[in-house]
Amino acid sequence: MQTAHAIPHTGVHEEHHEDAGFWRTYIFSTDHKVIGIQYGVTSLAFLLLGFCLMLMMRWQIAHPSERVPLVGGLLEKVLGASQGKMDPQLYNSFGAMHGTIMVFLAIVPLAFAAFGNYVVPLMIGAPDMAFPRVNMASYQSYVIGGVIMLVSFFIPGGAAQAGWTSYSPLATSIATNGQTFWLIGMVFLITSSLLGAVNFIATIIQLRAPGMTWMRMPFFVWSQFVTAFLLLLAFPPLEAAGIMQLMDKVAHTSFFLPTGLAVSTLQNISGGGSPLLWQHLFWFLGHPEVYVLILPAMGIVAEVIANNTRKPIWGYKSLVYSAMTIGFLSFIVWAHHMYMTGMGIRIATFFQTTTMIISIPSVIILTCMFLSLWGGSIRFNTPMLFVMAFLPMFGIGGLTGLPLGFNFSDLHLHDTYYVIAHFHYVVAPGTIFALFAGIYYWYPKMTGRMMSEFWGQVHFWLSLICMNLIFQPMFAQGMAGMIRRMSDGGANYTAAHNSQLGMDVIGGLSPTLMHLHVWILYAAVCLGLAQIPFIINFFWSIKHGKPAGSDNPWHATTLEWQTPTPPPHGNFAKPPVVYRGPYEYSVPGHATDFTPQNQPDNA
Amino acid sequence: MEIPYTTEIRKDTGLYNAKVGIWLFLASEVMLFGALFSSYILLRVGAPEGYWPHGWLTVWLGTLNTLVLITSSITTVMAWASLKMKNFGSFKLYHAITLCCAVCFLCIKSYEYHDKFIHNEVTLKDGRIADGHLVKKTADGIVLEGHFVTDRKELFNLATPFLGHPKHEEIEIKNSEIATMSNYGPAHHTYNAIYFTLTGLHALHVIGGAVVIFYLWAFGAKMWKEDPERFTNRVEISGLFWHFVDLVWIFLFPVLYLL
Repeated sequence: MQTAHAIPHTGVHEEHHEDAGFWRTYIFSTDHKVIGIQYGVTSLAFLLLGFCLMLMMRWQIAHPSERVPLVGGLLEKVLGASQGKMDPQLYNSFGAMHGTIMVFLAIVPLAFAAFGNYVVPLMIGAPDMAFPRVNMASYQSYVIGGVIMLVSFFIPGGAAQAGWTSYSPLATSIATNGQTFWLIGMVFLITSSLLGAVNFIATIIQLRAPGMTWMRMPFFVWSQFVTAFLLLLAFPPLEAAGIMQLMDKVAHTSFFLPTGLAVSTLQNISGGGSPLLWQHLFWFLGHPEVYVLILPAMGIVAEVIANNTRKPIWGYKSLVYSAMTIGFLSFIVWAHHMYMTGMGIRIATFFQTTTMIISIPSVIILTCMFLSLWGGSIRFNTPMLFVMAFLPMFGIGGLTGLPLGFNFSDLHLHDTYYVIAHFHYVVAPGTIFALFAGIYYWYPKMTGRMMSEFWGQVHFWLSLICMNLIFQPMFAQGMAGMIRRMSDGGANYTAAHNSQLGMDVIGGLSPTLMHLHVWILYAAVCLGLAQIPFIINFFWSIKHGKPAGSDNPWHATTLEWQTPTPPPHGNFAKPPVVYRGPYEYSVPGHATDFTPQNQPDNA
Repeated sequence: MEIPYTTEIRKDTGLYNAKVGIWLFLASEVMLFGALFSSYILLRVGAPEGYWPHGWLTVWLGTLNTLVLITSSITTVMAWASLKMKNFGSFKLYHAITLCCAVCFLCIKSYEYHDKFIHNEVTLKDGRIADGHLVKKTADGIVLEGHFVTDRKELFNLATPFLGHPKHEEIEIKNSEIATMSNYGPAHHTYNAIYFTLTGLHALHVIGGAVVIFYLWAFGAKMWKEDPERFTNRVEISGLFWHFVDLVWIFLFPVLYLL
């Protein structure tokens, strides 16, 4: 804001009042759209990194103790992996960081912070977020947290190794400072989402344009609103738990360390702590976090479906109330992750019941989405394809969760590959597909150009096939008893099954199930290759994509399409007034098949 | 571009933006301290019978600190009310008192911390336990101001009425006699751990609140001339945070000192 090169006012597209300079415009920006894009690009980079970690792990699972191809030399040089092989410690730290990066650094920032920042103020007709500088601080805090996580790979002993759940006393007793880095990084990430959540809720409450009543808000805004409340209220207990684990690590307290704990020898600690306490506090965040991952995705799906079926979304009010119910119930289901801890039958019964109840609003939402397709003249463009795939994929993910919600069936499936398949169906071909849909859908608003339709479809079909090839076999492996987090993919158990006992033992895995690891590896490599068209498309289209042609290329009704493209600082050429609900498509007797929210009745 | 409702009130919500923001922030703070208080409960009920300490903290110091914080809360309201009545001078005076109270609180708290760090429990090789404050360290031993017990359990109930505090005397212990020695820092017992964590986090909040109030009192006060209403709102927001910090202490004091 120091320089005074005023650009003459030639029209709404040049509404930049002063040239703020590169740093202020792109790095330390307080504009919600720039921050949204910063979040988007950073989190996509983390998404790729998290995937690459997993790719290396899948190699290790399929070919235990063989040199990792292509990157083996790099692992040896940078992370000290002997002969470029992945030892169990490295496998464990990659596993822990894959989970951490995917959940806290990739999907939540992309679903909540990136799309939320860019789209929500536009959708409610606001000039910016309520607290622009807090918004900037939120992104910076996120970057600092991310950098701390990345740095932890390179310290002696490597990154955290106790899984993204960081259960104590394991997390406390592993002899690396990776866990300390993890905890400090998490404090920054929690601060970031706290600042974001406060900002989102305040913005949605305070900055809705005149006429934008609560029940005229697009479902996407509702989903972000509920998500923000989950982040606001569920993250602090994890922060408390993180502080306590940090005290255990640094000040040698015993919050989570029981009396008489021995790690090869008896530990010199005061004892008296409770490992179960960590699990309760972790999952108090951990379960609402699942809905943080899925709700924004459902919001995107609702927008894309309404737009591409050219008819109102089915059961808007049911969607809104279901989202609110999910938000509330998600706080009282957490201990269904802990049936195996022996916390008691009564508690398990309570959480089993609430878990079954929370599936009702989720099913209502999915049903509304399916019914919305009925009788629509569907446009099968890339965003719509991703959304159409989201519906059954998320359905599989959700329904396979029911056996895990029941105490008795969970005892068999707990901590197996079945669990991995279940939640990856929810998050990978579920949420990530919805996020891809969102990228293809809002890209023309952000850049003024369309992404290539052809390469978008290539990206879609390859991703859909590979995702299923990766995760479908894991259901079978898991039901046969293959335990997760084994650095050799269960080869030890197979040896027991084949040679020594000569009969079926629990955990002894057949060669067919073991060989699926190899096929999963191939599918994962293909999934990686399938992202190349997307990455190229994403960058190439910024300059060379087909021009969007108008401010509203999809003929949408919601307010973000009624701004100049890309929206200038301050968003709207003149403050919008809202006259109608969000999904007035194909109104009988109307000249066009869409009626924007800010179009007066007599126009 | 201007963000609406930064100062003026939105009609249908009856609030300006920052007020929504601070209440949301405080809601998340409630969850943060709520989780720590819940942990306290779990650790306490999980402790073996007779091994949860009573009377390890000095009640009168805690009471004094409670009074100091309550005073600061009153002056915070008065500072805001002064601005509402356009009396900038008394705002300056009241918030000066608030800041003094904050510093006073932190000083008392540091003294209490120091008291815990020099307090040692020493197990001798003959099985006796010496417990007391470290007076001095010499080349071949230590001097404690304290007493001997034979059963460690005796150390955990110092709050029993009528028995009174055990008699303290100077105890000299040679290094060669010491089996283990630990001060009453966080690692001593889960009670100390939760005590230091809760009060430490609370103290960080006191420091944070005091820094904001000091900024508004000293440098930020020039906004009073340009935009008095906005400045008053800022004082209100920082005041809400300060009240929350006080409120946390109102819970901390009985939980840690009295129960």
